[in-house]
Amino acid sequence: MDTKPEFKPGNYLYAAKASALETVGLPNPRDWNPTDDDWKLPADWKGVVREGIAQRLERFRTFKLFMDICVRCGACADKCHFFIGSGDPKNMPVLRAELIRSIYRGEFKTAGKILGRLAGGRKLTEEVIKEWFYYFFQCTECRRCSVFCPYGIDTAEITIIAREIINLLGCNIDWIASPVANCFMTGNHLGLKPHTFKENAEYLLDDIEEYVGVKIEPSFNRKGAEILFVTPSGDIFAEPGIFTFMGYLMLFEHIGLDYTWSTYASEGGNFGFFTSHEMMKRLNAKMYAEAERLGVKWILGGECGHMWRVVHQYMNTLNGPPDFLDQPVNPITGTRFDNAASTKMVHISEFTADLIKNNKLKLDPSQNDHYTVTFHDSCNTSRGMGLLEEPRYIINNVCNNFVDMAPQTIRENTFCCGSGSGLNAGEYLEMRLRGGLPRANAVKRVAEDKGVNMLSCVCAIDRAVFPALMDYWVPGTDVCGVTELVANALVMEGQGEREYNLRGEENPSYVPPPESEGEAEGEAGEEGEE
Amino acid sequence: MKLKTLLAKHKSAIVKQWINSIVETYPSETAKFLKSKKDQFSNPVGHTIMAETNNLFEQVMEGIDREKVTPFLDRLIRVRAIQDFTPSQALSFVFSLKYVIRRVVGSEIDTEALDQELVDLEASIDYMALVAFDVFMGCREQLYDLKVKEIHSNAYSLLRRAKILVEQPGEEPENA
Ligand code: SF4
Ligand code: SF4
Repeated sequence: MDTKPEFKPGNYLYAAKASALETVGLPNPRDWNPTDDDWKLPADWKGVVREGIAQRLERFRTFKLFMDICVRCGACADKCHFFIGSGDPKNMPVLRAELIRSIYRGEFKTAGKILGRLAGGRKLTEEVIKEWFYYFFQCTECRRCSVFCPYGIDTAEITIIAREIINLLGCNIDWIASPVANCFMTGNHLGLKPHTFKENAEYLLDDIEEYVGVKIEPSFNRKGAEILFVTPSGDIFAEPGIFTFMGYLMLFEHIGLDYTWSTYASEGGNFGFFTSHEMMKRLNAKMYAEAERLGVKWILGGECGHMWRVVHQYMNTLNGPPDFLDQPVNPITGTRFDNAASTKMVHISEFTADLIKNNKLKLDPSQNDHYTVTFHDSCNTSRGMGLLEEPRYIINNVCNNFVDMAPQTIRENTFCCGSGSGLNAGEYLEMRLRGGLPRANAVKRVAEDKGVNMLSCVCAIDRAVFPALMDYWVPGTDVCGVTELVANALVMEGQGEREYNLRGEENPSYVPPPESEGEAEGEAGEEGEE
Repeated sequence: MKLKTLLAKHKSAIVKQWINSIVETYPSETAKFLKSKKDQFSNPVGHTIMAETNNLFEQVMEGIDREKVTPFLDRLIRVRAIQDFTPSQALSFVFSLKYVIRRVVGSEIDTEALDQELVDLEASIDYMALVAFDVFMGCREQLYDLKVKEIHSNAYSLLRRAKILVEQPGEEPENA
């Protein structure tokens, strides 16, 4: 506990800008930098922290329990990807929790107050706050450690509370605070205005027309649509997420779904979750407010990680129950999603798997034959909501070559991408390469042994961060969303030749249709003998 | 020639001590973990250290060939290049092999009068160190490239629509 963190480029995240905090009314907005000696904490910062801890011990039974019951057995110690990849012992979950537990003992427990370090307690100093900032932003709230703790202690929840407390002092990072402010003001992380959002979608629709030969005209903000579709905004402007976005558009066109996009609830992601419970509630509310305004029956959600953790674990307590919505029923298959009875929101993988199971999709999996695919379980969808089978079922139906990674690295044991919970900032790449090492290492095994060349996932942050992680650790491995693979395999009504894939590249799995024999011969003649 | 026989005989002791010297560049709790857990997925860093020291020692015995030694160095240095090390700390492991060899077989080198062979062997390790510098720099340069690439990818559509995306250095902006 005695070594101080040294803030060096690459190992810390930039501080939240004052303007972002002001926009959403967070405390102590100011310009500062983690490398400064003076962090410009509020005058009574110790009181704020003590009060903040006391309130949360009252409010969250888990937090109180987790502060008290750890027996330091060490079962969690080597399970954190940040410890495994960085080699920094303070990234052992038990020691991460100890950063705040020692203050709890030193400030709140009689023995700790009197005996201090002898009872494992310590006093609150500015150094402690700096250490919290350093190490609670080296936890992606992935919950892997909790799987191995005999008491079920979830260090992710401790990190969530710790971040909430340092937020009371204005110590947040900009990569979280600015998206929160943008999302609150305009509906998505980048602050894209409705017309920009729509124009971006149109751009991608043009691409679909060019590569697939199908013209799609989705609706935006259409009142009375049956379903509202919400997905992370990253999918509308970030590569390779845009190909997944094109996949959604093709899938819904293929089945003739009565749905609409919202340019206001244009973000599935919820960086409020990485700020405070209140901020998570404020941002989550807009999806449901928009569903109510548009008068849809239920919400279909795209491939996102933490959006689903928020919906699955918190939504009903925060903003529920959304009585104005119906229990979701798939209009194409008639399947009633009982698992979505309380949230009224269905995951795109559940929805797609149901379509496939009921034979509602015309699929040609050979279009993905140039890929050998593996699947990364996002921490949030696997450990946070138990979505394990559906993505694999889909992939196995739309691809001919699927390989899972080693069992100790997938499903509920999955290794985090190393960039979740708002840590996916550019300045943090070096730290993220440490955190992502165990995941990449497992990909490398299947890449070398089984020829895997495509890492698929159902999370927009994964899609944003895996390309760099793969380039560094497993060069030659591409990254895609599961719905992109679905779209590749979809046989669209009135489609063109499909010589190009959604990425605009020549489709290596394209085989000219046999019925156009005359043409094919002509082409073969041009290409010369093969 | 005789030195190589000696080294081959003591290979496991040398590699073991070399591994220890690398593992000890980490804090003690971490060092314990790196040495104890054998599973390649639960302990990828420890596993890499074990595997690559063995491979590198073989290379030293054979005589260093840049092409052949690079992939082994790369796997080890790629990890240390992004961990919390200065460049000298990250690469010190190459030189520690010299000390380990002297520690394990030093007295036999003296009694057998193999000094000249040792000088040659150490020159070979020095050459491996030079290759290691290149590998390390390659990793760090890649890190900076990846940062730029990631920023582009994260705003791909916006840049493309604004017609300011240059995909390859030297290429014209798309649709320009
Ligand atoms: S929640 Fe994940 S990142 Fe945080 S301490 Fe546990 S394993 Fe590590
Ligand atoms: S596994 Fe649980 S009880 Fe054991 S040290 Fe970790 S948090 Fe404490």
